[in-house]
Amino acid sequence: VTDGLQIAWFWLVGALLTGYVILDGFDLGVGFWYLFARKESDRRALLTSILPYWDGNEVWLLTGGGAVFAAFPAVYATIFSGLYLALMLVLFALILRAVSIEFRLKAESAGERRLWDAGFAIGSILPALLFGVAAGNILSGLPLDASGNYVGTFLTLLNPYSMLVGVTGLALFATHGALFAALKTDGEIATRARGWAQRAWVVYLALFVASAVATAVQPAIIANYKASPALWTLPALALICILAVGYCNHRRLVLKGFIASSLGIVAIFAALGGALFPRLVPASNDPALSLTISNSSSSPLTLKTMLILAVVGVPIVLAYTVWVHMIFRGKTSIVESY
Amino acid sequence: VDPVLLARIQFALTVGFHFLFPPLTIGMAWIILWMMTRYVRTGSELYRNMARFWVKLFAISFVVGVATGITMEFQFGTNWAQYSRFVGDIFGAPLAAEAVIAFFLESTFLAVLVLGWNRVSPKIHWFSSLMVAVGSTLSAFWILVANSWQQTPAGYHIVNGRAELTSFRDAVLNPSMWPRFFHTMDAAMVTGAMFVMGISAWFVIRKQHLAFAKESLRIALVTMFVASILQLPLGHWHGMQVAATQPEKLAALAGHFKTQNRAPEIVFCIIDPPETRCTIAIPGLLSLLAYGDYNATVKGLLDFPRDEWPPVVPTFYSFHLMFGLGIYFCALGSFGVYLLWRRRLFNSKLFLRLALWSIPLPFVANNLGWIVAEVGRQPWIVYRLLKTRDAISVTVPATQILFTIIMFSAIYALLFFAWLTMLKREMRRGPVFGKAEAEEVAA
Repeated sequence: VTDGLQIAWFWLVGALLTGYVILDGFDLGVGFWYLFARKESDRRALLTSILPYWDGNEVWLLTGGGAVFAAFPAVYATIFSGLYLALMLVLFALILRAVSIEFRLKAESAGERRLWDAGFAIGSILPALLFGVAAGNILSGLPLDASGNYVGTFLTLLNPYSMLVGVTGLALFATHGALFAALKTDGEIATRARGWAQRAWVVYLALFVASAVATAVQPAIIANYKASPALWTLPALALICILAVGYCNHRRLVLKGFIASSLGIVAIFAALGGALFPRLVPASNDPALSLTISNSSSSPLTLKTMLILAVVGVPIVLAYTVWVHMIFRGKTSIVESY
Repeated sequence: VDPVLLARIQFALTVGFHFLFPPLTIGMAWIILWMMTRYVRTGSELYRNMARFWVKLFAISFVVGVATGITMEFQFGTNWAQYSRFVGDIFGAPLAAEAVIAFFLESTFLAVLVLGWNRVSPKIHWFSSLMVAVGSTLSAFWILVANSWQQTPAGYHIVNGRAELTSFRDAVLNPSMWPRFFHTMDAAMVTGAMFVMGISAWFVIRKQHLAFAKESLRIALVTMFVASILQLPLGHWHGMQVAATQPEKLAALAGHFKTQNRAPEIVFCIIDPPETRCTIAIPGLLSLLAYGDYNATVKGLLDFPRDEWPPVVPTFYSFHLMFGLGIYFCALGSFGVYLLWRRRLFNSKLFLRLALWSIPLPFVANNLGWIVAEVGRQPWIVYRLLKTRDAISVTVPATQILFTIIMFSAIYALLFFAWLTMLKREMRRGPVFGKAEAEEVAA
């Protein structure tokens, strides 16, 4: 039973992070394109398109963080203390971003608008880049000591492989966000957003292939794939989804493109999970020091209690999230005052 | 520099700043729900605009609370890794529960509350307002569960060098949970009500939007009055629980050094551990308040090991200042209700000014109470299980903590300034929703 609970939580944490990337991904991506929209009305249109959603989307990150803390406390402790500066940068960015979104629409002077514009753009781009860097580092493993503490430095994290995964992530968010913007805005800005999506998609596709190749040549990462070759279908599915994104966007099927992009994210996370399982943080210096679902998890009672909470709670959350998307469905135009 | 000290400064700074906002928004959420209820019942434009105006101020404050709250979810891992490893089995669950049960609820329905004026029916709008109030209250519940467990751990056993859950129910319903929850919730009601009351008074003083301002003032005043009076028994209940579960904290907050029966309650003194000077005290009152018996023996700090004393000076002064403020809130609320009864409320320049200038005081009282609770728990991070100095992230260098403290200070200063600016702007604009609102309509 313990094993089953640990396995369930491994995939549940993965599901929460996937949900986060799909949902907050689109508003981070909108933030990436924000600087390219120079016209005031375009900027307001972009901000308005994410206004009802960004806060709820961000809760997925908090839930993911809370779930890791509750289910795998050792992982929570190792990753967040180990990647201290990187995570702090993400936090500063997210803090600035949150207030920038709300306060930008109430700004009265040009200087103020510039301040919140910068806050929103930096606050979106920095996390969009650093999440991928973090994923690359975890995938290729961190140097750990016997008590599970990270023994590298900040610079250890900035290795070429992780940087590659980082920019791939950024391209993913940029594509995803442009599609969302195309979906929720009207007129000229919507056309421009489709153009952004097309440009970002080319980069996304190229970087995805590059990252996949860079991963496939590292035997330590793809050990699971060697053992069960069926796993290769996961990155293949991801590739198909990404190709579908480009096709749909080209044919102006924006909603389908957005769905394909979301499914691509699911496939990418499944592929990542397939590579990591049962490890959560591989140790790059000595495989025996890796944090796995069995040596880093909470007690069976905690896992069981939390599972009940998740099984009851998450569907309810999904239900009213869908409900809110229904209320604000369609194109959103400018909110003068709210 | 000592990394433990730096990590503590960082935690104090980030929680202390964050804690300004949730009590305000929790209190306001229930007041807004009342206004929404009046609106739905009467269909009156007055209540609609009233709710709408306060929702704006609510949203401005809520976003700062959310932004600064993101830090809290991760800070245990970044700065307190040893703590996270030790308590994760128990402490992580309420945090995750808070996110799943409360954060989603408040953030999702807040979007409807803020943006839904021309999109949803009044009933659904009212329901969204209810969900925001319920969500923010549930959020307070779960985070206070986690905090209470640090103060009075229960439902666990120690295995493999960490605390593991034996009973979820006992861990959640630990001995200090309910008193802390009600004490904090009531403080939130005082905070939200004082805020609404003070700003309404500002409108009345300036003779602007009088119908709106007077009705808002009335609602907030009654709420403030009831909540501040209610704090007397609730605070007392919390104090009795502290006496029963954390006697060192009680001794520190009361400035009580020598074990004695008929222990006096110090009203005023200059404290210089283990001495008190210029003391004004009421004989036997501490015994009576702590144990319900005038003759009860109250253990003094001198009978606890010196290295297990909480820092007495901040605990003592914070407690007494908080208590004094609590009494002031009761007095102000009573004064206002008296004026309301005599139909002189809106002509009393004195009361209106006091109401306006008292807006910051509940925020101060909240943070003082938090200092009593947290500093009074030292040197433990989990009472009698884990010391604070053993709980930090051993891999994070002091320089990095210092760097992030500077960053947090800069960003939070900006947020605070922006928050005040936005509030002032909305106040100047007032509850006016005309053509300018021109809300977006689905295409």
